[in-house]
Amino acid sequence: MTNSAEPAGGYDLAVVGAGPAGLAAAATAAEHGLRVVLLDSAPRPGGQFYRQPAAELRAARPQALHHHWPAFQRLLGRVDAAAERVTSLGDHHVWSVTGESGAFTVRALTGPDQRQARSVTARQVLFATGAHERQLPFPGWTLPGVVGAGGAQAMLKAGLVLPGRRVVVAGSGPLLLAVASSLAAAGARVPLVAEAADYLGYAAGARVLAANPGKLVEGAQHGAVLLRHGVRLRPRTAVVAAHGSDRVEAVTLARLDAAWRPVPGTEWRVACDAVAVGHGLVPQLELPLELGCRTRRLPDGSAALVVDAAQRTTVPGVWAAGESTGIGGVQLAVAEGELAGRAVAGQTAAPRPLLRRRARLRAFADLMAARHAPGSGWTGWLDDATEVCRCEEVTVREVRSAVAELGAADQRTVKLLTRAGMGWCQARMCGPAVARLCGAPSADGPDVPGPDVAVAGQDDGAPTRPLSTPVPLGLLAECDTTAPSSEGAPR
Amino acid sequence: MRRSPLDLVRARPEPPIEFSFDGEPVAALPGQSVAAALWQSGRLAWRRTRVGDRPRGAFCGMGACYDCLVELDGVPNVRACLAPARPGALVRTQQGDGHDELR
Ligand SMILES: Cc1cc2nc3c(=O)[nH]c(=O)nc-3n(C[C@H](O)[C@H](O)[C@H](O)COP(=O)(O)OP(=O)(O)OC[C@H]3O[C@@H](n4cnc5c(N)ncnc54)[C@H](O)[C@@H]3O)c2cc1C
Ligand code: FES
Repeated sequence: MTNSAEPAGGYDLAVVGAGPAGLAAAATAAEHGLRVVLLDSAPRPGGQFYRQPAAELRAARPQALHHHWPAFQRLLGRVDAAAERVTSLGDHHVWSVTGESGAFTVRALTGPDQRQARSVTARQVLFATGAHERQLPFPGWTLPGVVGAGGAQAMLKAGLVLPGRRVVVAGSGPLLLAVASSLAAAGARVPLVAEAADYLGYAAGARVLAANPGKLVEGAQHGAVLLRHGVRLRPRTAVVAAHGSDRVEAVTLARLDAAWRPVPGTEWRVACDAVAVGHGLVPQLELPLELGCRTRRLPDGSAALVVDAAQRTTVPGVWAAGESTGIGGVQLAVAEGELAGRAVAGQTAAPRPLLRRRARLRAFADLMAARHAPGSGWTGWLDDATEVCRCEEVTVREVRSAVAELGAADQRTVKLLTRAGMGWCQARMCGPAVARLCGAPSADGPDVPGPDVAVAGQDDGAPTRPLSTPVPLGLLAECDTTAPSSEGAPR
Repeated sequence: MRRSPLDLVRARPEPPIEFSFDGEPVAALPGQSVAAALWQSGRLAWRRTRVGDRPRGAFCGMGACYDCLVELDGVPNVRACLAPARPGALVRTQQGDGHDELR
């Protein structure tokens, strides 16, 4: 890892996020001669998928927790080979990107407790900031031991720990299978995986599946691991409540109908000491929204950056690759990173096989997003006392009364009236749920807008957020330019 | 005996270090976060919420949810899932917004 001084006049390209997309973009751009700075808040590169155990843990076989490990090693090798043109800044949390094509300022926090400021300048900027998990509340979901499925996976990959010994995995999306199989392989008992959607729905996409044999193999590998560990996969099933006083002791499961409404009378209880739950992934967009990049609505209702064939966003000099442009998995992230890296370096003709690969993987991503899109009936498992906003401890009752009695029709008004979404996480955890509770269309509703009409800041779970991380006030005061605002973002 | 995550990746970690959590010793493997070490010790909660005084711990595991806030060496509001466990660190359950003594 290099740490050379910034070249006079700044870097040619700043890449935010050193996951698969960011690594591929940085390596490719550097191979084409650009001077690149690659920033990530994590100490080591790899992103969510290739999250590595800390070096001190001296894992001889980290690949036991990852598919596609050799591909990751190749990516790291390419970044190393181009080391004199790539400055890698780990442990740099970017909280603001301002400026315009030719002169962007990227501000980061670093050091112990992220209280030190550091900024770099670059002519162009590329967002490869990935995604976070979509969470839908249920009674008891704030009990200790109920954790994000991706969170359990991240803690396992990085710290080699489990949240409990008997872990129910629940929610929706292909990540659940990956999480269940690594938890089981690492020694947890996984009594079942409750998947809210119906896997049979995939049959509708037979052509897309046939074009993506690698994805089927991946699925089959998880399936084999689950089988070996006696893990049952229960489609059309959800955890509708978690029980316990100071930590989770059991969950109630129920069958769901096609709209994800719990079917009365189908409930049963399962003992466990942890629950790993998640309902798919949502692109992480704070920084590009701040610059005014336009978004589109994905088949599952969440917002992603609009990019053209060369991975260019709608703002000049700003590029994006990986899950910030739509949830599609690690291979798509790498393909997009390569294409973006070439295009930023001015290579206009992209190799056809790479373009075909991206198209094929995107078709698969759309199929997945549509199959696992939250149905409108999930609100049927809420009770009045369920906390929607974990940070501000705002309940379903409060949100519903803001909507029914005070007439709040959107997330922003609900936030002003109830504080839901006003806390530390800035609505990352409660955004999709609050949007649904104030009547935002769900993916299975009749009124989903087409992919191009949705813009940032609407009630689709991606409100504009002024800052991507809480920043010590002193640092804001030290900034030479005005504090970033969300004014550039379309509304 | 059941398999552990360390067996799975054939980890041969450096010798454990120790920090204190609410006065009790907690062992951590070098490289683990404070949250990972607390999980390993069987603890799932290290914060009490401001409104309902309810226990909370790590949720997203990736620095996004801020549920895992802890007081570390006297500094409140530190994300335990990101902070590395350091030998001799003084970790304390965070009460409310971490600034109770100022009110
Ligand atoms: C919690 C979680 C766990 C997952 N686990 C799996 C799994 O086990 N198996 C699987 O197939 N897929 C998994 N996925 C999906 C996987 O993330 C993607 O397929 C793939 O990693 C996408 O690559 P990416 O480069 O687009 O984004 P990511 O890999 O998410 O990389 C984004 C990077 O950007 C960095 N970043 C974001 N914002 C900032 C900022 N403001 N400043 C600095 N750095 C920033 C992040 O630290 C991260 O390293 C997981 C996703 C999540 C969210
Ligand atoms: S667990 Fe979410 S921020 Fe630490």
